[in-house]
Amino acid sequence: MRKTLLLLGATAGIAALSAFATGPATREQTADEQVKHVLNRLAFGPRPGDYDRVRAMGIERWIDQQLRPDNIDDRATEQFVAAHFPASQMSAADLMAKYPIVNAAQVAARRAAQGNGQLTRDDSMQFMQTARRNYQFVAQLLAERVARAQLTNRQLDEVMTDFWLNHFNVYAAKGQPERYFLADYETRVIRPRALGKFRDLLGAVAKSPAMLFYLDNWQSMHDSTRPALASDARRGAAGGFRRNPGFGRRPGALGGAIGAGGMSDPRRDSLMQAVAARRPKGLNENYGRELLELHTLGVDGGYTQQDVIDAARALTGWTIDRPRQDAQFIFRAQMHDAGEKTVLGHHLAGGRGVEDGEELLDIVARDPHTARFIATKLVRRFVSDTAPRALVDRAAAVFTKTDGDMREVVRSIVTSDEFFAHAAYKAKVKSPFELVVSALRAVNAEPDTTPRTAQIVARLGAPIYGHQAPNGYPETGDAWINTGSILNRINFGLALAGGRVPGVSVDGWPDAARLTSAPRDSQVDAVIRAFLRGEASPDTRKILMSGVNPLAASAAKVDSLGIPVAEVDDGDEMMSSKRQPQEKGARRMGMLPGDPLGRGKPQLRGLSQIVGLALGAPEFQRR
Amino acid sequence: MNRRVFMKAGAMSLVTMGLNPTFLRRAVFAQQLPGAQKGKILICLFQRGAADALNIVVPHGEREYYNLRPNIGVPRPNSISAGSAGVLGNGTAPAAIDLDGFFGLHPSLAPLKDLWDKGLLAPVHAVGSPSSTRSHFDAQDYMETGTPDNKGTPDGWLNRYLAVRGTCAECEKPTPFNAVALSSQTPRILEGPAPSIAMGSLDDFTVRATGSDVQRLEALYRTGSADLIHGTGAETFDAVKMLKGANPQQYQPQNGATYPGSPFGRSLKQIAQLVKANVGLEVAFADVGGWDTHVQQGGATGQLANRLSDFAQSISALVTDIGNRMGDVVIVTMSEFGRMARQNGTGGTDHGHAGALFVIGGEVKGHKVYGKWPGLAREQLYEGRDLALTTDFRTVFSEILSKHLGTKSNERVFPGFDGRANWLGVV
Repeated sequence: MRKTLLLLGATAGIAALSAFATGPATREQTADEQVKHVLNRLAFGPRPGDYDRVRAMGIERWIDQQLRPDNIDDRATEQFVAAHFPASQMSAADLMAKYPIVNAAQVAARRAAQGNGQLTRDDSMQFMQTARRNYQFVAQLLAERVARAQLTNRQLDEVMTDFWLNHFNVYAAKGQPERYFLADYETRVIRPRALGKFRDLLGAVAKSPAMLFYLDNWQSMHDSTRPALASDARRGAAGGFRRNPGFGRRPGALGGAIGAGGMSDPRRDSLMQAVAARRPKGLNENYGRELLELHTLGVDGGYTQQDVIDAARALTGWTIDRPRQDAQFIFRAQMHDAGEKTVLGHHLAGGRGVEDGEELLDIVARDPHTARFIATKLVRRFVSDTAPRALVDRAAAVFTKTDGDMREVVRSIVTSDEFFAHAAYKAKVKSPFELVVSALRAVNAEPDTTPRTAQIVARLGAPIYGHQAPNGYPETGDAWINTGSILNRINFGLALAGGRVPGVSVDGWPDAARLTSAPRDSQVDAVIRAFLRGEASPDTRKILMSGVNPLAASAAKVDSLGIPVAEVDDGDEMMSSKRQPQEKGARRMGMLPGDPLGRGKPQLRGLSQIVGLALGAPEFQRR
Repeated sequence: MNRRVFMKAGAMSLVTMGLNPTFLRRAVFAQQLPGAQKGKILICLFQRGAADALNIVVPHGEREYYNLRPNIGVPRPNSISAGSAGVLGNGTAPAAIDLDGFFGLHPSLAPLKDLWDKGLLAPVHAVGSPSSTRSHFDAQDYMETGTPDNKGTPDGWLNRYLAVRGTCAECEKPTPFNAVALSSQTPRILEGPAPSIAMGSLDDFTVRATGSDVQRLEALYRTGSADLIHGTGAETFDAVKMLKGANPQQYQPQNGATYPGSPFGRSLKQIAQLVKANVGLEVAFADVGGWDTHVQQGGATGQLANRLSDFAQSISALVTDIGNRMGDVVIVTMSEFGRMARQNGTGGTDHGHAGALFVIGGEVKGHKVYGKWPGLAREQLYEGRDLALTTDFRTVFSEILSKHLGTKSNERVFPGFDGRANWLGVV
């Protein structure tokens, strides 16, 4: 009996082991496909060797490990980020101290002091240079996003960070202060909570200067028809707000601190004017609306305009303390609407303070519409554009049951049969960010310490922190695929293969030394393995095989089937030498001048030619 | 393997996959297009940063104007100020170019005077977004989505127009160049489900592969499954050939048009190229920055004057270059809001409310300044400081859409807005 038990135990153990290796039998994808699938969905694509590592570890274990990022050693990434992108780790206060806001008024003041009314060329140059230097930290933030996604061992954590940064979209060019809030938003608000509790994340976003500024809640206050929670003894509620918003003149008692204290008067005046134009006059519904529509319930989430108004009222007084110094969340009672509110049928009693907003967030975070809305978006992100309904139902149920524990919601999605269905395999179109990072990972590139690669992402249509509207970038493929974008994607692949993307060299590829002198078919197979999951169609393989052929040079322009075979170059290089100057705004953000994809046409031969073609192939556009 | 052999083999494999290689041949001939396309074209030009309407279409007949702007006001036209004890203007220095005895163009807009004289130019004053926002971000958003004070609108109004146009059964299928923005990212105004192309320049619209790699890449998209990526990729290669057939590299402006070397001048030159290349352009968009003149904007000369020179020379060159085709073209300019009526303490102007725009084209009933003038006396100003709004920008745009592009209703383009009763008769 005891022997039998042991035997049974051993059998069960073996069964469990094999389930770890290949997953439950109900999955449609082969074990081989499952490994490639998770590397394309839970990670930004495989690096050389990743496939073997996941295969050896077993899919279930790898997924479980990725769901617990704190247990994954990622010191190398952190060290790299700290060494090359220090601004991405700095607080808003430190950024403002180190990279003071540049304002045209500074220049004006200097000129006025010299009694010279005209803007001289030197003045302009100097201003531009100062501006470029002072905003270069923005370039660091963008470069860090790309490098981290490329390097980190906590791939799923970074995929989820990308997801939430898009879900809770903010826009770098909303206004000058916003860019100083981005590092804090990414590193202290979003990333630490990417796989945490939804309510916790929602609360951190609601209190983040980045969101408070982006969606205007920082200046939303009770309407004149409503009672304020507290009155300001000296100037009334609005005055109290205005006296210390950090944008204008600060009371003398605080005069010596960093920031506004060092401002010249004209500069301060100019800031005052900018602020005066946006002076709060009452309720601003912007955040209240997007909180319900985009962050929680969804547009069909069953709320009314009155819910929007009362949500906004509950959040009045949630603002930014000294936005030009240390930019902390603060609740200002004198801005808060003290009346009673009703949101989604829940009554919020009058006379309360910050707990109004907290209760509102509790209500919306726990509403079933929110569970469904977030589940749908996640399924769309991880599984397919047409989110399978049954899976959404189950993920939403997990959301509700676990009080929005994102680790468990994501787990339910990425271990589901729908996730591992044939229909889901290669069903997603890579976003520009995913395309670029997956290519960098596939070639094992040195991470780019300049903003160049981030500029390529922008060139492909998705500038980081560059989506103006609060809805974020689309999560479905049709939005990313159009005539212009395909061309840009093809040209990106060619530029990368041509060594024009910083840190990338096909020669630096682990197999390159051996492959450079290998026969064409070995080269093609290696490229297909590294970039196309080893799954190219016979046609694709044939096209990659055709390669550089000395005989081709003398080919006729159109062969007997009418297929163009022109070898003649069309002189585009000449055109491309007349590059247009970069946009001023981009330069001020510390971007590098010139086309991020380089000039003219890279000359591709041998292995790099195959890589260029493979990256431009339709198969590489999918994940 | 010999490449010719490969190409044949490739084509054969297409046949075996059930695809007919004649589409490849068709693509080759795509560049040989029928003659001049008769379609109507709308060109939208966005002045980003809030252009100072009061110094662009100058109300020189408004005494209050010179009180509000003692240092930066554009002097009265010399023909008027000479002999009168006029404020600003001594008869020789640069001054406003008179249009109708009350309004005048900024002197830097001299290149547009010819269009006015020919009846092609119609300024509209005191026009803009009814939203009270003075945020560039919000106001540009509203002007491009066409839904003031509603930030939730996912698409731009030009895209919604294209979507409506796409439902027209009897209309020709749009080409890839149906809607083009001369910008590296799709502007908000063109965001949405209807396809459009955003390109920094025509140079960008090329496959940067050498020799036969272009054909290899094309073959990658013409073989395999008939999905969205392959289908769009095939269209992309058609479009590239179409454009190459139009030979933009060899482009020479016509009728003596001279474009400034500025980014805006280059954008408009490329729009002219697309118009004349007959690649099916219907909607074009370009933008130009530098209008946020808080500091030392100058009057008849200076910072704003320089921006306006570039602006006017570029538009004038575009109109000259397009020549007779202007009968099919309407150009409309826009800016998110105007600027304060009163000059500020640093020789500039701060964010205001209503602005001005230009409508230019063969169908335009020009030689007239449109829009009700609200006046500049303190009680006439919006919130006591800005030019008041008398025409909603959607009134102008919807009139152009209906009369120029032939929409029957603009309900989907500008939801909840019907400007028909207030149309100005500008086209």
